[in-house]
Amino acid sequence: MTLGNILEWLIKGFVWVLILLGGFAYLTYYERRALARIQVRIGPNRAGPFGLLQPIADAIKLIFKEEFMPARADKLLFILAPIITLTPALVITAVVPFGNEPFTLFGRTITWQIADINVGVLYIMSIASIAVYGIVLAGWSSNNKYAMLGGLRSTAQMISYELALGLSFVGVIVLTNSTRLIDIVEAQRVYIWHLGSLQIPVPMWNAFLQPVGMAIFLIATLAEVNRAPFDMPEAEQELAAGYHSEYGGMKFALLFMAEYDKMIAICTIAAALFFGGYLGPDLSGIPLIGGFLKYVQGPFYMFLKVFILLFGMIWLRATLPRIRYDRLMAFGWKVLLPLSLVLIIVSAVGVLAAQEFSRHLFLVGIPILSLMAGFVAILGIYQSLRRKEHARA
Amino acid sequence: MRVLEPLIGLGKGLWVTLRSMFEKPVTVQYPEHKKPVKPRFRGRHVLKRYENGLEKCIGCALCAAACPADAIFVESAENNDGQRFSPGERYASTYEINMLRCIYCGFCEDACPTEAIVLGDNYELSFTDRRQAIYPKEMLIDPVPAGIQTTPQRTEPGRFTRSVPAMKDPQD
Repeated sequence: MTLGNILEWLIKGFVWVLILLGGFAYLTYYERRALARIQVRIGPNRAGPFGLLQPIADAIKLIFKEEFMPARADKLLFILAPIITLTPALVITAVVPFGNEPFTLFGRTITWQIADINVGVLYIMSIASIAVYGIVLAGWSSNNKYAMLGGLRSTAQMISYELALGLSFVGVIVLTNSTRLIDIVEAQRVYIWHLGSLQIPVPMWNAFLQPVGMAIFLIATLAEVNRAPFDMPEAEQELAAGYHSEYGGMKFALLFMAEYDKMIAICTIAAALFFGGYLGPDLSGIPLIGGFLKYVQGPFYMFLKVFILLFGMIWLRATLPRIRYDRLMAFGWKVLLPLSLVLIIVSAVGVLAAQEFSRHLFLVGIPILSLMAGFVAILGIYQSLRRKEHARA
Repeated sequence: MRVLEPLIGLGKGLWVTLRSMFEKPVTVQYPEHKKPVKPRFRGRHVLKRYENGLEKCIGCALCAAACPADAIFVESAENNDGQRFSPGERYASTYEINMLRCIYCGFCEDACPTEAIVLGDNYELSFTDRRQAIYPKEMLIDPVPAGIQTTPQRTEPGRFTRSVPAMKDPQD
């Protein structure tokens, strides 16, 4: 470990944190504009061209607000909680690769990844679990029963959905035979299927191989980052903003920032694990700018995928009402957890069958089995709902 | 496939929200575009004048008596033919409405015997302190029509003896 190495990590980390902070600011803008369009409004359009300076205006407002603290709050934890919440959200994406074409700068080969560790998925899992501490401490230290309830709900919800989330990671690990994120992304490269004389290119995205696993991952991450329809910890209507109801000014902004940075982080991870990460149509063949595009196409595809996934989250928020708490728990424990266990078996059987017989079984068998498992789960939900209807009638 | 109903329902909901993204926004860009108010809208008060420029208000303070919020203050003084503000004996020398107290109920309008006070269509009231919220007579009264002498007017004796004009019942 040389000084140059440490400096490289520091600079890369610093740049990525800056990108996340800027991304947070403009994600709030993106969300407000997209939500407004869905609700047939225009959204913020006054500050600067197209309202682009709105996040800066918000930031200035929050910075100049009074730092208020409830009288009998636990002072140390009250100040520490937003920091504990934000830090995991910032560091969780350190292992995600943003491109595969290293470039040379000042005689050093620089990769598009902050830390290339071989247990990347485990790292993501462990950091994701830490995130709950900040929220529950914020709720508890405020000395407010609504904040406390928000913190408690958040703990229960995040621990419950972490299981399904972790198991959907396992499905990916089984399919790609690695916990290193760059290997996981590389395993999703386009595969040319020779069908007689036909050559069919198949993108081996894990989202296609394991569609139900992808759905479980997306649902569980929604619950992990407390987004609608799983936003009970915040629940403006019943808990008065839940765990951050006593926070104001920059301390609130940190909690808010953590939430939105978690959204970005989770979409980045989803893009890497299930949607082929930085892979996409090769643009380096384009004349003149092809040489430059060769380096930036990876980050560009990554950005595009994250952007679309973020829209999905906003779209779901605009569409779905908040789910009832017992239903949330029942869904997490009785549907997602067994289903993700079944999907691991499906993936494992598919991988073994592909080794034994033909690689094409891998491409066809796993998605079909996975969809069948998903169908059985929906059947279960349907019957349970119908039983409830009968009981009511 | 009734089993897939939960999924189909989800899809339908998502489709509705996605489709609404491409509708024309209903937003009115307020300071640039203003929607016209409805005919019976009750906005800021206006004190009316007759066509000859005389004030309709005769300082009777019935509006102040009718006001449930006690927002109106009227002080009257005597008219004479040398210095005539309104027909009849008296006029409002002071007429103030506290816009922070006013609830825009329109009772003053109903109480007025000469239809002098009318709730207009101005809803853009803003003040930076409480003093500014008290609108004096100069702010409330209609401007004098062009080519007409402002009040007080010098009038011929015996012409404006009746303070309440003969009126028909209100139509609206």
